[in-house]
Amino acid sequence: MTEWLERHMPKMVLAPSFVAILIFVYGFIFWTAWVSFTRSKLLPKYEIKGLIQYERLFASPRWDTAMDNLFIFGVLFIVISMVLGLLLAILLDQKIRAEGALRTIYLYPMALSMIVTGTAWKWIMNPGLGIEATVRGWGFENFAFDWVVNPDRAIYAVVIAAVWQASGFVMALFLAGLRGVDEEIIKAAQVDGIPTWRIYSAIIIPSMAPIFLSAFIVLAHLAIKSFDLVIALTGGGPGYATDLPATYMYAMAFSRGDIGQAASSAMVMMGVVFAIVVPYLYSELRAKHD
Amino acid sequence: MTDFTHSPAANAAAPSAAPQRNWSQLALRWLLFALLGAFALFYLMPLFVMVTTSLKSLDEIRTGSLISLPRDVTFDAWRTAWSSTCTGVQCEGLRPYFWNSVLMTVPAVLLATMLGAMNGYVIAQWRFKGANLIFSLMLFGCFIPFQVVLLPMARMLGIMGLAGSIPGLIVVHVIYGIGFTTLFFRNYYVTIPAELTKAAKVDGAGFFRIFWSIFLPLSLPIVVVTVIWQFTNIWNDFLFGVSFSQAGTQPVTVALNNIVNSTTGVKEYNVDMAAAIIAALPTLLVYVVAGKYFIRGLTAGSVKG
Repeated sequence: MTEWLERHMPKMVLAPSFVAILIFVYGFIFWTAWVSFTRSKLLPKYEIKGLIQYERLFASPRWDTAMDNLFIFGVLFIVISMVLGLLLAILLDQKIRAEGALRTIYLYPMALSMIVTGTAWKWIMNPGLGIEATVRGWGFENFAFDWVVNPDRAIYAVVIAAVWQASGFVMALFLAGLRGVDEEIIKAAQVDGIPTWRIYSAIIIPSMAPIFLSAFIVLAHLAIKSFDLVIALTGGGPGYATDLPATYMYAMAFSRGDIGQAASSAMVMMGVVFAIVVPYLYSELRAKHD
Repeated sequence: MTDFTHSPAANAAAPSAAPQRNWSQLALRWLLFALLGAFALFYLMPLFVMVTTSLKSLDEIRTGSLISLPRDVTFDAWRTAWSSTCTGVQCEGLRPYFWNSVLMTVPAVLLATMLGAMNGYVIAQWRFKGANLIFSLMLFGCFIPFQVVLLPMARMLGIMGLAGSIPGLIVVHVIYGIGFTTLFFRNYYVTIPAELTKAAKVDGAGFFRIFWSIFLPLSLPIVVVTVIWQFTNIWNDFLFGVSFSQAGTQPVTVALNNIVNSTTGVKEYNVDMAAAIIAALPTLLVYVVAGKYFIRGLTAGSVKG
């Protein structure tokens, strides 16, 4: 008996977590997928009715705005964070004495809740008393910075806050990558008199391709899941101007009582995430087996 | 100025290099510092504004400028934020919600870390058929957008009798934390040679004995990384908090959002800022004290699968 127990102990230890993941991740995804094919409204119904929820979803102007916003926000957020992160990493890599302190300063926003970030930037960008008022106070009477309350600009305000929060993290990734580059190659290039910018653009940056990929995956993942920042900064407004898929899903699930729409929008979100993550995970896992 | 001598280019250049070249080097070095300093200001500005705003009176906020230092430092806003500001109908400040967050975060972090350690130990050192598949399934679960589990989770918590309660939130955070904690420990334990486990088995040590006396003593760094990662994530969580709590059981992030976005009464920006700092303090403190481990968790959680 004890021998049997000892032999099967590893499986028994893993079993509860495995069962939990099976139910709470895969079972729940299945449930949501199922319900997304029904006419569920306030309460879930389990009779399959085809693609009606997806038809409603793609016909909804609010969802349209949310997807457009995700695209604008995602592209700007990822590109600016990557460029800024790389720039900061290269600047910090020049044997700066205060590197530790600067790194701490650049990265601390990542420790904050998005709600805190949203609250802070909402106040800073508030047109009545924030940056706009301050710059006007300096004598630039026509200065305007009303992005948070301007429906055409509000999504860019979200980009600013998101970049502020995440770019330091990208910097940390790239800095780790820069430190991993073979010193000998760089020294050899220096001896050959190759200018520093050429060393970076031709040797160091190309060798960091895997880090670009990781950074992209993480940022894309953050962008698709973005929810708290929008809630705190703009509440999805003005109107629906800064709605993202995540806020749309939440509104349908918890304030509109439209479970069918909530489920179908969640499935689309998962589709977008998987389209990005699955090829990455697949190549990672395969690389490990080789 | 002495920094200049650290410049790799300056070291590489012959001592007799033309003075012209030195001037451009010096200019570049100053440009570098100017850029680094400007970025530091960009990242620090919101924190500075939050702190100074929280120490001003409302009158001073309305008449003064965003970036000026407070003329008369007052801690009234902090007192209000902590114990009397309104989060919707109740006006007890942030204090009860802060404790909700503590009550939710501490058990959730400990449970998820313990489970992750055991799982990682099994997957890395006690390979059995199918263990890799289980690991892949767990890993995959880390990447799902949580929106896809919100609806069934709400129903499940209702069935378990945990709807709108702190234990319910603990369950949610533990379940969706296991993937990451398992990943952390698995990647750490996989670097420990399997011969160690084999030798211990030959000596008659069992599954738990080996974990307890060989693996656990080696685990301090990864435990620290995991605890910090989980603590930061769970403390800062908003989605689960806002979806699965009710009046009275909300975590601090949800309460903060309610304070800031409540539409009734006069907008008290100083109280908003004090509340935001209070909500951010625990994770900021962890970051300042153990930043090294925080960064390691971030990169481990993202770079390597």
